[in-house]
Amino acid sequence: MSGERTPVWAVVALPAAVGLLAYAVAVFDAVAVEGMRGRAFARPLRRAALLAVRQRRTTLAADRLLLGAGVAVLPAAALLAALVVPVGGVPVVASPVGIVWFNAAEVATWAAAWLVGWGPNAAFSLVGGYRFLAQGLAYELPHMFVLITVAVGAGSLDLTAVAAAQRHLWFAVQMPVAFALYLVSASALAFWGPFAHPLDGALGADLSGADRLLFLGGRCAMLAVAGAAAVPLFLGGGAGPLLPAPVWSLVKTLAVLAALVFAGARVPRLRMDRFLAAAWTVLIPVALLQLLVVAVTR
Amino acid sequence: MTLETFLLLAAALFAVGLFGALSQQSVVMVMMGLELMVNGIVVAGAAFWHYVAPGAADGQVLVLVAVSVMALEMAVGFAVVTALFRARDADTTDEAGDLRG
Amino acid sequence: MIPATVLFWALAVGAVAGGVAVFAVGSMARATFALLASFLCVGGELLVLDLDYLGVLVVLMMIMEMLVMAVFMVMFMMNPAGLMPMSMVHNRWGALGISGAVFAALAAGIVLTPWPHRAGRPPRDPTRALGLAIMGPKMPVMMGIGLAILATMIASVVLATRRGRYGDAE
Repeated sequence: MSGERTPVWAVVALPAAVGLLAYAVAVFDAVAVEGMRGRAFARPLRRAALLAVRQRRTTLAADRLLLGAGVAVLPAAALLAALVVPVGGVPVVASPVGIVWFNAAEVATWAAAWLVGWGPNAAFSLVGGYRFLAQGLAYELPHMFVLITVAVGAGSLDLTAVAAAQRHLWFAVQMPVAFALYLVSASALAFWGPFAHPLDGALGADLSGADRLLFLGGRCAMLAVAGAAAVPLFLGGGAGPLLPAPVWSLVKTLAVLAALVFAGARVPRLRMDRFLAAAWTVLIPVALLQLLVVAVTR
Repeated sequence: MTLETFLLLAAALFAVGLFGALSQQSVVMVMMGLELMVNGIVVAGAAFWHYVAPGAADGQVLVLVAVSVMALEMAVGFAVVTALFRARDADTTDEAGDLRG
Repeated sequence: MIPATVLFWALAVGAVAGGVAVFAVGSMARATFALLASFLCVGGELLVLDLDYLGVLVVLMMIMEMLVMAVFMVMFMMNPAGLMPMSMVHNRWGALGISGAVFAALAAGIVLTPWPHRAGRPPRDPTRALGLAIMGPKMPVMMGIGLAILATMIASVVLATRRGRYGDAE
């Protein structure tokens, strides 16, 4: 990647930032599902600690290599996606093709889901992994068209330039359909909320201990990074009155994540066959229409 | 790091893919070999763009075409394998050597 | 930063090793992901050559393509997990000889050919140059790709579907 020199502290700061955002997602989820009673801030930490120290269960003739790869892919992809997301106008790596890079890292979710399904050599996991691939195509195509729409609207694939292009009017206002589709497809790619089927006794059912922690934590991180990317993509990046740019970035990111998690907890699980049919016959044409509108009016 | 080293990498990928395409019995594995051969062409196209004619976009366009060819080859390949498997329960090249339907 | 030469050799070794592993490992799932690793290394090589867009595009497309491939691999192969070792090759030594000879011929050509000197300099933004080329002078190429994609979609659906125009085939 060409671009500015990456400061050394970013190597430490980036995982810490992604980890904190993933923790925020877990706290929102705990509050959304179980309410404010008890210590909502401590509950995710307690669960994570329990998972971290618990011994792994093993399955017969598991493919340890691929299982380990699958468990590691999700958090790694979240970190890679976060590399190009600007916070307050400054990304860790200033890539001229940041949007494509971000999308490539998100698609790695497919690999994670399939590998975690294949690895344990167990029927339900395998079904979950396969099913996610079929679903993933219906999630990824509208997502990709939405990202293309944003790039067309800004005239750039660089996320920093995209944020700068919204000086006068946020893309969330200019292209509301694309924004809504982005939120839906981003939570679907992280199998969150109404799209969490793979987790219902299928994907990850045979994971335990630290493997399970990495997988579920990686899923939180994936949603967190998708929410953080929504800020430069649709909400004007770090622009805002009074407060400095990084603070505005953080406030907007947390607002997007809270909206995603609380809305996701309110909506029941969607029936997958119906959603897939709707994705192919409604969401993709709508995304293309939005792209046409943006391309003509720009 | 010169044009020659990049082309040698491309040739190595091409040769490994050729070995797979020639030696494998399963049609799916043959397709993996073909993909590796196209992979070599991607490297060669990019190297020619960078070291011979960076001013023109021809090398980049070649890479774009090669990547599309990979995707299309896979789509048609799997469709053919599926049709073959339906028609005569065959998934290896040795069972599909003739052109009878 | 890591010097570009070190990056090149690491990625080159990774790409070729991944390619060899495809035909060496027993498990089809592992073979698919070895191929994916090879493609990711090639995407990295394009990044080394300052082709940001094409490099990332290769990564994006190959992840999706190999995951779809994994489904078919497991569907059509006997012994997809490699738990019962078996050989699925024919004419191994002939194939080795031919591909070795091809590599030797290509390598000889690469080393002996007097390559032209570099003409021109890379544009400031290669992505923009590519976009302008395929939407301008190279438009027929893009139209050809578009037609090929359409033909592929129709052909693969027709070939893979069980139902014909007049109802079920069986």
